[in-house]
Amino acid sequence: MTKTAPKERPKAKTPYKRYFETEKGIKTENDDGGLEYVKLKSKNRQNFTGDFIKMNDKAKKPRPQKAPAKPTQKELESKPKKNPIPEEILQKYSRGEQVQPKGVKTRHFKEKQTRKEVYLEYATEQAARTELLLQETAGQLEADDGETTAEYRQSQIAENVDLQSSAKHFNLNMEFGPYQMRYTKNGRHLLLGGRRGHVAAFDWVTKRLHCEFNAMESVEDVQWLHVPTMYAVAQKTWVYFYDKKGTELHCIKRLNRVNRLDFLPYHFLLAAGNNAGYASWLDVSIGELVGNFNTGLGDIRLMRHNPRNGVLCIGGGRGVVSMWSPKVREPLAKLLCHSTAMTALTVDPKGQHLVTAGLDRAVKVWDIRMLVQDKPLTHFQLRLAANELDVSQRGMLALSQGTYLETYSDLLSGGGSGDGTRLPYLRQRCDAFVHGLRFCPYEDVLGVATAKGFQSLLVPGSGEPNFDALEDNPYETSKQRREHEVHALLEKIPPELITLDPLEITGVDAPTLQEKIDAKRKLFHVKAPRINMKSRHKMKGRGGTAKAARNKQIVKDAKRKEFIAEVREAKKTVINQHTTKEAAKGKDKAPRSVLDRFKPKPPKKQKT
Amino acid sequence: MKVKMISRNPDNYVRETKLQQHKMPRNYDPALHPLEGPREYVRALNATKLDRVFAKPFVCNLSGHRDGVSCFGKHPKQLSCLATGAYDGEVRIWDLANRASSRNFVAHDGFVRGITYTQDGGRIFTVGDDKTIKVWKAEAPEVGEDEVPVNTILSKFGLHGISHNRKENKFATCGEVCAIWDEKHNDPLKTLKWGVDTLHTISYNPVETSILACCASDRSIILYDQREAQPLRKVVLTMKSNKLAWNPMEAFNFTVANEDCNLYTFDTRKLQTPLKVHFDHVSAVTDVDYSPTGKEFISGSYDKTIRLYNAHHSHSRDIYHTKRMQHVVCVAWSLDNRYVFSGSDEMNVRMWKANASEKLGVIRPRERVNFNYQEALKQKYAAHPQIKRIARHRQVPRHVLNAQKKMRTVKEKEQVKEANVRKHSKKGKVPFVSEKKKHVLKEEV
Repeated sequence: MTKTAPKERPKAKTPYKRYFETEKGIKTENDDGGLEYVKLKSKNRQNFTGDFIKMNDKAKKPRPQKAPAKPTQKELESKPKKNPIPEEILQKYSRGEQVQPKGVKTRHFKEKQTRKEVYLEYATEQAARTELLLQETAGQLEADDGETTAEYRQSQIAENVDLQSSAKHFNLNMEFGPYQMRYTKNGRHLLLGGRRGHVAAFDWVTKRLHCEFNAMESVEDVQWLHVPTMYAVAQKTWVYFYDKKGTELHCIKRLNRVNRLDFLPYHFLLAAGNNAGYASWLDVSIGELVGNFNTGLGDIRLMRHNPRNGVLCIGGGRGVVSMWSPKVREPLAKLLCHSTAMTALTVDPKGQHLVTAGLDRAVKVWDIRMLVQDKPLTHFQLRLAANELDVSQRGMLALSQGTYLETYSDLLSGGGSGDGTRLPYLRQRCDAFVHGLRFCPYEDVLGVATAKGFQSLLVPGSGEPNFDALEDNPYETSKQRREHEVHALLEKIPPELITLDPLEITGVDAPTLQEKIDAKRKLFHVKAPRINMKSRHKMKGRGGTAKAARNKQIVKDAKRKEFIAEVREAKKTVINQHTTKEAAKGKDKAPRSVLDRFKPKPPKKQKT
Repeated sequence: MKVKMISRNPDNYVRETKLQQHKMPRNYDPALHPLEGPREYVRALNATKLDRVFAKPFVCNLSGHRDGVSCFGKHPKQLSCLATGAYDGEVRIWDLANRASSRNFVAHDGFVRGITYTQDGGRIFTVGDDKTIKVWKAEAPEVGEDEVPVNTILSKFGLHGISHNRKENKFATCGEVCAIWDEKHNDPLKTLKWGVDTLHTISYNPVETSILACCASDRSIILYDQREAQPLRKVVLTMKSNKLAWNPMEAFNFTVANEDCNLYTFDTRKLQTPLKVHFDHVSAVTDVDYSPTGKEFISGSYDKTIRLYNAHHSHSRDIYHTKRMQHVVCVAWSLDNRYVFSGSDEMNVRMWKANASEKLGVIRPRERVNFNYQEALKQKYAAHPQIKRIARHRQVPRHVLNAQKKMRTVKEKEQVKEANVRKHSKKGKVPFVSEKKKHVLKEEV
């Protein structure tokens, strides 16, 4: 046997370089055999009293060359980067535009800001580069020539996919219907609740049943809590908590006659809407109601939370969607969506769109980040009113009309069958009336709860293929689950932070125009403050109560006068600010004269 | 029909044996991480709270002196070595790693006024009230040998402080005059005087090494150059300065600890107004020392507390105190920037962490990453009122709190009075004087 020299590790071609270093950083280094250029001070500045001996043989060293000027914007653009990232991927990871240092005060903070932007850009780029490491690709369904995807039946799809996926298509026939259903946040477990008391929780992927029991009471709604070991069931009068085994953990008597349940995982809030119009938020980590008030909307039947900001969207009977936060007793926003009563509403998982359906047989998609618009983004007209809606992680819309069910591959354009018409992507006729409709997170599966049981349908391309294990992990072990629970509890967001704009907390607290106007307006209605004066205690004989009272009155009067003068001054400045321009305009006009009538008349305004 | 569905192979997501790490696939898509802002804010809030929970700055107490501690000498090369002098003339050398006194000897009759090491750390110079300068070896004598000074210099003048030149074999003492000495001679090379009785403290500039600064009993700060025959400049404050420390990184700046509860940072090029006035102490400030980074300094005060300041901020970033610590006489910042020392009247030397909530001991890489992340979070959200309140709050002793209240009322009263005087006098007669300019009387060249 001959020994071969061990392979050397390949050396990096270029020296390691920091991201924001330019070329000049490397070039300016002195490499003249270790000799360094020393600058001599002038004679009188040196700490040296002898004489200088001039050396002629030493040639004057050239000055170190100036670093090349910074590349201009044009050069930067023309020079291609080594591994460019596509613009749309960068856009996906971008947190908005750069902050321009133009208005920033002082050079120090300006430079700080520009340096910060470099780091942020680097972070965005690095995040975008991780796209390479994603393991899975999204599902898809393509029709052959002359066919449309809408023609395909579930059985056909199940035949053509792999065994593991075809096992995800199944039906459950149960007789305690109409059913309600929920998936856990990681899409692994399923909870079913039948109106006539049947509650079942199971791992739907392995089809392993956790528990099944009859509550011996009507069940209105079911909801998983923050871990797949606990869930809440809204029963006839109260809300009950059960664990995975079906043991009753709590009976929440403060939540009574609840119709709809929802859970905000980052706030640990169980939201409930009851049939008297009360909206309640229960903090499940401390067991306290953080908000409980009457919305004045009557029986709450339509309720979803916006995952982007945690605001609760409640659909009223008059076609109005109102948005609620637990700490504000008025709705944060109201949106008139339909002229008739509403039948269903949902918010997409990214929290960008609100989808509503009404008795006017319309389905409308609204942008809920921009609430000022008066038109929906899209408007579909159906033959029958949609009674259930849901949007998947990749933006697929599913809607049901009685027993008939349709999915559209694109939320905004509708359609998706692949032939350019507005035929649905997939359609299905169920054997009973549909009462619940949810896409399973991180899977290409649509769960349908009907009056007679549950159906799991295959909808290729609906789910997000790559999960983030630190956020939701379908494969988590019990130890990981416990650790995740602890971390989530440490990061529990207080309910006060539920606002329409979730990034408000990171912004600068600058007054809006409305607040400025209000502050100015308030100036005209201020009252003089009460003055509490304590007169100094004086020795006996140095002034009685009458004198003290008189002194007090004098001080009070002086203070009030001062206050009035200040307010008057402030008002004057405000008035001056707003009248100077108009006043100046008025002054420009020449005094009227009798001869004005001979001047040509100004042209009349055209009626538009 | 072409169809594909998400179908994950569990092998890619579940570990095979217990010896392996769990597989944690990540996806940084912002859509999968909602509520970024509020979650980060909560994390920052938690980090700030934890910072206060773990703020336990006291490391240890070094006891052994039999009288109050008067001065410190830092070893320029060894981190675990500290020399301290006491009121009874005793000098102790401490082994800080073992928290024990490694050597002690009586150096002077009466107070030890100053201790300094030579720049190579081989000798120790001490000055005392007995008008002598003594030179000692830095190593402990052999077993059986007595502690004998290598050299004893009798000075003609009283001595109050000593400072060693950073680069040359020269040192300077102060007392009635400022004297420059060579290590090898028993007579001063030069004496410098500017018509004052006593110079309390002397300090060589660490960068421009021939510049010296002294604090004098006529409330002035005097700058000398050891090459010149005359002093350079002088600035007079309203009250006496007790100690002076040069900023080691921005060596044109120095800070003085003043009798009027404040510290003043001066730029040598512009002595008329201090760069910064550092408030917060409630009694005379006795000593000041810079951190080796030049970004922070520590001050000890007669109000029984030590405070840590950011060199460019006017209010302290932290306050250290214990029930038993009496008037602090001397303070020092260790040369690795991690610890501070305080010597006080009740004979103890105390060692504190420079960063109150820092974890001592080995820190694992993941822990280090977490600490860095928490630090960044705290900085990012520092301006939020809730976080600011928690980060700023300090429990102070009752007497300090009362004194603060009293000082506040006095200041308010003066402001009201000045405003009233201004109101009732001719316009421009009572000018507005900034807090910085109030405390400097004059500058002389």
